[in-house]
Amino acid sequence: MISIVAKDLKKVYGNDVVALSDINFEVKPGEKVMLLGHNGSGKSTLFKCLTGFERPTEGKVFIGDTDITSLKKNEFRNVRKQVGLVFQNFNLINNISVFQNVLYGALGGNQGFRKTLNAFASDEMRYKAMECLDRVSLAEFANRRADQLSGGQKQRVAIARTIMQEPEIILADEPVASLDPKVGREVMDLLWDVADERGLAVICILHQMDIVKEYGERIIALKDGKIVKDDLIENIEDSFFKELYELDKADESEVK
Amino acid sequence: MSDNRLKQLMPARRKKPSLEIVIITFIFIALFVLGVMGAEITLARIFKGFDNIGNFLMRAFPPDFSKVNSVVKSVFETLQMAVVGTVFGVILSLPIALLGAKNTAPSKILANISRGIVIVSRTIPDLVFALIFVITVGLGSFAGILTIMIDTVGFCGRFFMERIEELDPGPIQALESTGASRFGVTAGAIMPMTFPSFVGTSLFALEKSIRGASVLGLVGAGGIGIELNTAMNLRRYDSALMIILVILIVVLIFEKVSRSLRERIM
Ligand SMILES: Nc1ncnc2c1ncn2[C@@H]1O[C@H](COP(=O)(O)OP(=O)(O)O)[C@@H](O)[C@H]1O
Ligand SMILES: [Mg+2]
Repeated sequence: MISIVAKDLKKVYGNDVVALSDINFEVKPGEKVMLLGHNGSGKSTLFKCLTGFERPTEGKVFIGDTDITSLKKNEFRNVRKQVGLVFQNFNLINNISVFQNVLYGALGGNQGFRKTLNAFASDEMRYKAMECLDRVSLAEFANRRADQLSGGQKQRVAIARTIMQEPEIILADEPVASLDPKVGREVMDLLWDVADERGLAVICILHQMDIVKEYGERIIALKDGKIVKDDLIENIEDSFFKELYELDKADESEVK
Repeated sequence: MSDNRLKQLMPARRKKPSLEIVIITFIFIALFVLGVMGAEITLARIFKGFDNIGNFLMRAFPPDFSKVNSVVKSVFETLQMAVVGTVFGVILSLPIALLGAKNTAPSKILANISRGIVIVSRTIPDLVFALIFVITVGLGSFAGILTIMIDTVGFCGRFFMERIEELDPGPIQALESTGASRFGVTAGAIMPMTFPSFVGTSLFALEKSIRGASVLGLVGAGGIGIELNTAMNLRRYDSALMIILVILIVVLIFEKVSRSLRERIM
């Protein structure tokens, strides 16, 4: 298993929107990090830089030994295969089967597109997809269309797709923000278990403070594009969270 | 009522129209007036028109179905032209739309070329294309098929492109993030997400093509339009009405089938 490293990362949008600066961290295999920060603090931008969807203005990102900032556009495939993404909106393909959605997790492999289609995939691959679905307790739903599932089920299918991908690192961008608290906890349990079983490095963006306190191990907090905290949760005083949390609230009332 | 600041900030009762709007309105009115004058619309002509319509209808009724067998072949030719032209048009529209849509275009040049093809196909009327193809490939249904194909590219190319551009980027990004190839993302995410709407649009295009193919014969590009033209020229209005009724029935039947198919897919 491999680590993910950000080194002196800086991202400027246009001429003067500094979305990230002085970002330095390493997340080792088996380490689970919660990434906190109010709206606009740069969390999503950081994820995009870590996966090559945005090019950092300065600095380096290492996925294992590969410096992805030195890659050309057509060299990202292998790196992306190693990083599984989980999204707030699940991002399943709605009008195809759950099973086919999971099979698409293998698209980064070198067997070609056709061999990821249910009709043409190898027996092993089809069985493996069923195992992934079973891991998220949705084997019975293999034949359903993805848009016939509840939110929590969709997120579990998305996790099954990520398991199918066999990533070394998981980045989750607010994976439970669209789910009610009980279902959100089920999804968090699943995500944490999957990461532990495989010893993956995880970075998870979260907003719900109760879930952060319940599941958090190491916390990285961003403010205005800078890291203001990087520590284990037991070393962080409650007042710090309160401050972040208040900030969030102030932010929301500002929008309203 | 005395605060000058508020009075100054108060919006005017009416906005002054921009010069652009004034010019466009003027041109429109000029075209309209000149058009009405140029067409020499007179009461006498309108009455004469009614007279002629009455005359036409008298001679058209009852429609002459004795020769319906002889036009069945042309009806089939019309349908074949529509189907073949639309199928090729839809097949061509797919890559054109993928190359032209902002979110899938691999390069700016290719995008502009694709968009150019769609615009030209859409804006030049199909009878003009039919005339060109009759000159280049000769009279008959081949010219008709090419015309329908171009017409379909103008229609489907545009709507496919718009559909692709309004896709949710999330699932596309999700497949990209698994390390999928460009082809994998297109075939795995974009095709399934756009499929229902593409089928619906294609069926619309086929309906449109059947109507279009019915008149292409007027310029010699095959199909039932030739029979209609001949009947009209020979003043066999009863045959002409029969042909018009046949076209009406075929189009109505197809629209019904097409609508039920679309409802099932959407
Ligand atoms: N594509 C973009 N172009 C310009 N500015 C952007 C873009 N994406 C994000 N930003 C800006 O960068 C900052 C960080 O945004 P983001 O990473 O989305 O924050 P978060 O995910 O923490 O809410 C914000 O000020 C945002 O307006
Ligand atoms: Mg965000």
